[in-house]
Amino acid sequence: MLEIKNLHARVAEKEILRGLSLTVKPGEVHAIMGPNGSGKSTLANVLAGREAFEVTAGEVTYRGQDLLGMDPEERAREGIFMAFQYPVEIPGVSNTYFLKAAVNAIRKHRGEQELDAMDFLQLIREKAKLVKLEQSLLNRPVNEGFSGGEKKRNEIFQMAVLDPRLAILDETDSGLDIDALRIVADGVNSLRGPDRAIIVVTHYQRLLNFIVPDYVHVLVDGRIVKSGGKELALELEAKGYTWIEQDLAGAAPVRA
Amino acid sequence: MSMTVEALEELKEREYQWGFVTDIEADTVPPGLNEDIIRLISAKKNEPEWLLEWRLKAYRHWLTMEEPRWPNVLYPPIDYQKIIYYSAPKPKKVLASLDEVDPEMLTTFAKLGIPLEEQKRLTGVAVDAVFDSVSVATTFKEALAEKGIIFCSFSEAVQNHPELVKQYLGSVVPYSDNYYATLNSAVFTDGSFCYIPKGVRCPMELSTYFRINAENTGQFERTLIVAEEGSYVSYLEGCTAPRRDENQLHAAVVELVALDNAQIKYSTVQNWYPGDKEGRGGIYNFVTKRGKCAGVNSKISWTQVETGSAITWKYPSVLLMGDNSVGEFYSVAVTNNRQQADTGTKMIHFGKNTRSTIVSKGISAGQGQNTYRGLVKVLKSAEGARNFSQCDSLLMGDRCGAHTFPYIEVRNPTARVEHEASTSKIGEDQIFYCNQRGISTEDAVSMIVNGFCKEVFRELPMEFAVEAQKLLGISLEGSVG
Repeated sequence: MLEIKNLHARVAEKEILRGLSLTVKPGEVHAIMGPNGSGKSTLANVLAGREAFEVTAGEVTYRGQDLLGMDPEERAREGIFMAFQYPVEIPGVSNTYFLKAAVNAIRKHRGEQELDAMDFLQLIREKAKLVKLEQSLLNRPVNEGFSGGEKKRNEIFQMAVLDPRLAILDETDSGLDIDALRIVADGVNSLRGPDRAIIVVTHYQRLLNFIVPDYVHVLVDGRIVKSGGKELALELEAKGYTWIEQDLAGAAPVRA
Repeated sequence: MSMTVEALEELKEREYQWGFVTDIEADTVPPGLNEDIIRLISAKKNEPEWLLEWRLKAYRHWLTMEEPRWPNVLYPPIDYQKIIYYSAPKPKKVLASLDEVDPEMLTTFAKLGIPLEEQKRLTGVAVDAVFDSVSVATTFKEALAEKGIIFCSFSEAVQNHPELVKQYLGSVVPYSDNYYATLNSAVFTDGSFCYIPKGVRCPMELSTYFRINAENTGQFERTLIVAEEGSYVSYLEGCTAPRRDENQLHAAVVELVALDNAQIKYSTVQNWYPGDKEGRGGIYNFVTKRGKCAGVNSKISWTQVETGSAITWKYPSVLLMGDNSVGEFYSVAVTNNRQQADTGTKMIHFGKNTRSTIVSKGISAGQGQNTYRGLVKVLKSAEGARNFSQCDSLLMGDRCGAHTFPYIEVRNPTARVEHEASTSKIGEDQIFYCNQRGISTEDAVSMIVNGFCKEVFRELPMEFAVEAQKLLGISLEGSVG
């Protein structure tokens, strides 16, 4: 589904990703872990197509297409969804109205009929239950006055409604207490399926207790330095990122 | 070759969708202004002596006045002697129905999206279409007449209801009020008159569409609405104008009078030609709009969506005389390319427990300059007066400007006045968020802007709100990229 080869990217002249490669197949859940500044969020933003992140080398293929040549909205319509670390507020635009525009933009792209008001309402009511999102939040302006937990739940709710092929969760656990974390994780788990791939970007192992990944990758200095199964996350939790960094430092002469 | 020409023509059309000129014989006086011209206008309109005297008084006063320089707008000096002060479609026989209206004129209305007969049938809106300066079609008159409502052109009102016109003309905006209002008082040619009798709730929204249509004709409209005790009326004013290169002055005056327990809701969608991208052409919209809450518990509410004109200079105001009277001002003003707007309101509290609300949303894009200027004045007599003002500015791009001048004068210690203001920029992060959900940048901008204006749009009558949203989209097309 997704193939990243030797990806280099920079933000404001600073190189963040330095030769990242990763392959993701349908049905898989990959966790990207790493210390602060390792390039986790950069990877998420590059995949979503944010302009400030400039790709300097490498290629990304998504379902056989050159992802980097696509506009952000095109990527979204092709089924890429990003749950934002800091979802923005859009004053005066109701959550429902916003989502309806999104759903219909995607349906139109797929050559499907736009949903009418009744069908759409039914869809969002059903999906809102998945993440225990209060009905009243549906009619409030997008993210305006939402608590941190509500914002994150709203992201997963949007994911449920938009039904993406590839979902990228950018630090979805940050700022959540344990109850909120569980609700968000339950929502994500219910959206796991054989046709959908999920990339979970996180600093902490905590989230991975609830969303159990198939693969864990450790990102350091813009490169994936270690990959493994879900046990790797536990090992990281116990030993900390310094363990990997020291390991790398020790290994450096050999690699050279 | 011809395909190319056609394609170009189409593109040109798209730039300002309503830019076309109708070929209709106009009855025009020579350019320039003097007492003879005023006498000529008055004679052509068969006016009573007192009205001519009033015009002349205004003209003589105007000669002593100077054009105001305080608005935060820039434009070359206007040569008032180059303006043609009167132009009317040549009078034909009296018309009994729409079928007799000049078909070309009807086509014009159709292009504007105002098929009169359709409107009559489908929307229940009575339309007094002011074409240039003389009314050509008035509908629903009978339905209104049944309730005793008078809704007609100003000229007709002068002929048929002179006592009402005489009583109220200049009672809210005196002939000496300001440079442009005074000029209007001297030379106004037509407009609308509306009278709602005691206790009557007007059963439909009253609507007038204005359109300038003769080269170099200054448009001097005069509107007067009187709501008698316990009556209610909602009035819609919408306008588009044909594109042209020469600047056009539009100096209208609107006066509203609300007596005891009466309510007037006045909504405007203004889309005069804004000029091209370099700021050539476009309408100068110098308008005086004022309402008087003369009676107790009366209410006047202004809602405006200003997207057009090269320059807008306009402060729909309310004089809150009656105790417990209410004044409201809801405004969206857009300036794109080289447009300039200096607009806002004045709320003058005379009566006890009078309340006013001001919600102003200014949007600047391109090199547009948007100024909010407002005055809240609480006089000594206004025990318990309250005001809430909110002025928000939205900036698109980095070459535009937003300015706010709120003036507050309070002479009564029991008054409560609140003012909130904010300035924001459409953020790259907001647009990216929308993009990431599959929404195009253009739709995202339109969504964010409409969200920003929501508090104002919800004050507009339904069909007007839809039109306003579309207009906003068109006005801001291509301003984020």
